[in-house]
Amino acid sequence: MAETLQINHNSFQQALAKHTLMGTTCRNCGRLFLPPRPMCPNCFSDDMVWTEVTGRGKLTAFTIIFITPTAMIDAGYGRENPYIAGVVQLDDGPAISAQILGMDPSASADIAIGTPMEAVFIERSAGNETQTFLGFQPVK
Amino acid sequence: MTVKKLNRGVALVGVGMSHFGAFPEKTSRDLFVEAFQDLLAGGDKGFDPAKIEALYVGNYSSDLFEGQGHTAPIMADWIGQTPKPATRVEDACASGGVALRQGILAIASGLYDVVLVGGVEKMTNLPIARVTDTLATAADVLYEIPAGFTFPGFYAAMATAYFAKYGATADSLLAVGIKNHRNGALNEKAQFNISIADLMAQKKAKAAQKDRPIPTWETEFDFMRDNKANPQIAYPLRLFDCSPVTDGAAVALLVSADIAKQFTDTPLYIVGTGQASDAALHDRVTATALSAATNAAQQAYAMAGISAADIDVAEVHDCFTIAEIIATEDLGFFAPGEGFKAAEAGITARDGKRPINTSGGLKAKGHPVGASGVGQVVEIWKQLRGEAGERQVAGQLTHGLTHNVGGTGQTAVVHIFEKR
Repeated sequence: MAETLQINHNSFQQALAKHTLMGTTCRNCGRLFLPPRPMCPNCFSDDMVWTEVTGRGKLTAFTIIFITPTAMIDAGYGRENPYIAGVVQLDDGPAISAQILGMDPSASADIAIGTPMEAVFIERSAGNETQTFLGFQPVK
Repeated sequence: MTVKKLNRGVALVGVGMSHFGAFPEKTSRDLFVEAFQDLLAGGDKGFDPAKIEALYVGNYSSDLFEGQGHTAPIMADWIGQTPKPATRVEDACASGGVALRQGILAIASGLYDVVLVGGVEKMTNLPIARVTDTLATAADVLYEIPAGFTFPGFYAAMATAYFAKYGATADSLLAVGIKNHRNGALNEKAQFNISIADLMAQKKAKAAQKDRPIPTWETEFDFMRDNKANPQIAYPLRLFDCSPVTDGAAVALLVSADIAKQFTDTPLYIVGTGQASDAALHDRVTATALSAATNAAQQAYAMAGISAADIDVAEVHDCFTIAEIIATEDLGFFAPGEGFKAAEAGITARDGKRPINTSGGLKAKGHPVGASGVGQVVEIWKQLRGEAGERQVAGQLTHGLTHNVGGTGQTAVVHIFEKR
């Protein structure tokens, strides 16, 4: 990853499109942030460097969405086809929100907090554009 | 923590509230006028509206709901307050509570003696998908919304984490909904002023009338567990775990403490205020508590010189049933993990040891987003002054607390009121 790439949301999205998860580490205090931060919210330093994140973690919270927002209706979801959204605590430190794949939305009792997860990359088209979304699935 | 104090005392000397519900013919300014007229009608000693020196109006998104930005000067104009300074305050669902705090700070600064605080939201004119999209703007649209989260979804995720950590179940949530409807049934301004039991009777009567099979529910829990009557919105939250979409407005008249008795013989003194912010849900230490709420409460208790045990009645932000359970723990009423047991045991009922949301809460009263924080003040005013009618909590009430949260807890604001 080019060190000269600006630290912002746009760069994060570009990395996602290449199926990589890029965060930033503060060289002053050592904290890793995902999504990337241009300034360290911990120690106020702007000495931030790109860091690739492994994408391994554990499921810490989840829900199954039946009343879906417009963007997900467009992606084919709805009451008859619900999906899972959750929070994953990454082994590298930070936590992130993402859609959860590979688990059965009709079997809520089988979705266990603490399940080991790995990052996946979801390609979804909206009109003429394709956007890459972060997802997680249970480690096989 | 060093406790800073306000430069001078602030008192609440009047309140007003519109009906909360769905009013296709009313816009936000109509609702605001209704709330203001209610304030004027209820004034203990009458008051001259010309005395108002400034307005702070909580409103989340008249921009997206009505295409109307720059809300505050319009509200000021419609209640005859032009050219007083008028400011819209926006912190999502905490807009009303934060507007209240701004009003308090304005009076404490010495610059104003009489301030009107208000809150208003007009939500029911949009189809539900667009309401959902509008509410989603209170979350992080770059890093939370792409995950497919909705507002019920965020709180539902807190619920699954809470269940796993403390052993609560979806039934614990249902108990909160049943309680709040029992309270809301006694609130003539509430959107759903009907208990679950009466709602069940209504639906059975309708089915009989239309020659349809009559539902076989016996208890309120039977109804709440019925997938057709109470469908899943975002597991584990069902329809009756979620506050509704509502139109409404509320106002509160604040004055400097030294002139309070000119307005009423029973003012309520605002003895504590606290506010805090937090990061997105995924960036928090835990998903089972709102640290911004705990933080705001600690500030308010410290300023007031009291503790959770001294609070006689509280209005908390039950945008979803799980939010009420977590709030009672964040506010120090129950230990972490004990809030759901207290709700199940009836401790938070109107006649319980620790009454919560006697107004019906956001669930039964309604949740016009920007107005809710001020609507809570209306209930505390009535309860502390013994004017809550059938909802009145018994006994000598001295301290009331309001707890108002924005988004999933990115903002929290707490106020403590004292009757002397």
